[in-house]
Amino acid sequence: MENQVLNIQNFSFYYGETQVLKDINLSIEKNRVTAIMGPSGCGKTTLIRAINRMHELTENTRTEGIIKLYNEDIFELDPITVRRKIGMVFQKPNPFPTMNIYDNVIAGYNLNGIKLKKSDKDIIVEDSLRKSALWDEVKDNLYKKGTFLSGGQQQRLCIARALAMKPEILLLDEPTSALDPKATSHIEELIKELRSYVTMLIVTHNMGQAARISNDAVFLYLGELVEHGKTKKLFTTPQDKRTEEYLTGKFG
Amino acid sequence: MNNELTQNIDINTDKISFLIKEKKIKSRIIKDKIFKYITIAGALFVSLILAYILFYVAKQGISSINWNFIIELPKPPGEFGGGVSNAIVGTLIMIALSVIIAVPLSIAIGVYLSEDRKTKLSYWVRTGLEILQGMPSISIGIVVYVWVVLQMGSFSALSGGIALAIMMLPVVAKSTEETLKMVPYSLKEASLALGVPYYKTILKVVVPSGLSGILTGILIAVARVAGETAPLLFTSFGNPFMNVNMMKPMNSLPLVIFNYASSPYKEWHSLAWGASFLLMVMILILNITAKIISRKWKIKF
Repeated sequence: MENQVLNIQNFSFYYGETQVLKDINLSIEKNRVTAIMGPSGCGKTTLIRAINRMHELTENTRTEGIIKLYNEDIFELDPITVRRKIGMVFQKPNPFPTMNIYDNVIAGYNLNGIKLKKSDKDIIVEDSLRKSALWDEVKDNLYKKGTFLSGGQQQRLCIARALAMKPEILLLDEPTSALDPKATSHIEELIKELRSYVTMLIVTHNMGQAARISNDAVFLYLGELVEHGKTKKLFTTPQDKRTEEYLTGKFG
Repeated sequence: MNNELTQNIDINTDKISFLIKEKKIKSRIIKDKIFKYITIAGALFVSLILAYILFYVAKQGISSINWNFIIELPKPPGEFGGGVSNAIVGTLIMIALSVIIAVPLSIAIGVYLSEDRKTKLSYWVRTGLEILQGMPSISIGIVVYVWVVLQMGSFSALSGGIALAIMMLPVVAKSTEETLKMVPYSLKEASLALGVPYYKTILKVVVPSGLSGILTGILIAVARVAGETAPLLFTSFGNPFMNVNMMKPMNSLPLVIFNYASSPYKEWHSLAWGASFLLMVMILILNITAKIISRKWKIKF
């Protein structure tokens, strides 16, 4: 399978003695948006954080199985390399408060000590801001602090910051849960447009959102991967009873 | 037994009904007011003392302040005039020395404490800092005397700087820890998720985000040690001449005040007042700058 970007095989995750994820098998294809759904505590965020090894910041965690990015097991790579190839956007927008908009977008390069010509930086910044649909709003204020932007704009700035690193995969952990409806629809539009540049995994609580923006959907329940398939198919003809009950609001 | 109990209850209800009587309420309001005025009076009293000290030192010292006071050396007793240029230079050199020694070390300690909050080591380091902060400054002076002065064989500005650095350390380390604890975890995550190594995340994201607090802490620590005499008595010792060699004894403003105020000569008393005034103004400026920095440079998360 050539266009398979990510391949998760027999992946289990333990927090202390508790098993949070049980034997997950999942493969993600290039340039598709995959929504990860499921009730609270089912391990959505844990799964997405394991994909760029952010779980290692939490003590007392252990994993089994492999996660392959193309042909390399991410657990055999350096976590720093993994995180440069797999970007992440968090629940709450978190632009760097000490930096202006321009520096925020290019932060991945600056902080890593990657020296670029000013002209190259300009190109990356403009390109990333255009992709995150923020360019027109901020092009005259590039040297103002990123924290003066609205919540939705800040989140798009964070997306631009992640895109600037040209990641293979972009992980989005409930990126709209701290935003108002208008900002949310902005971000949703953006995710649909970004599909052609980057493969995305998005954790969401919002089933409507998953239906609107994703090509594929994954349903997790109590640490198990219950169902994975095309979003349309999963929403219309779920194979598993638990998926159906979740989608029809019997639990959540 | 049973009877007693009922009696007790009766008495209690009696008391309660008495408490609720209107007279009693009025007296409560009056007590409230009295209490409020006592606290205000306390606050005013402290401000008055401060104002009086400022005024008195200014009144006594300002007449000695002129250009010569700043550029000249002290004159022998009996001769009028003279200045404290050597003490001004000495104070600045020793403060610079203590900042160079203490600041990197205390920032490192502060970073450690804010990163590693719950380990045994951080608990003991934190306790150690609190004890160090409460340590009498004269004991720090004596310890540095034994460690440095006796080893080097002479009093020196270097040993004075080390003694002041030990006094600064807990203040800057604590303020760094407190400031960095306020930096949201999400910023650290954002940086790490970009593939930035941990040490660069701390140095380039976390510490800059807390810079105003760290700077404020440094200025307050400098203001605190600038007026210290005790740790310098056995270390930099004092010197009537101009000296910029850090291996030799050096004068400082608090030492000038201490030595000249306890001398029998009137001319030296006025030099001591002048030095007090100068020191006071320096410390005031440091404190005010610290306040301005903490307000203006504060980063909202």
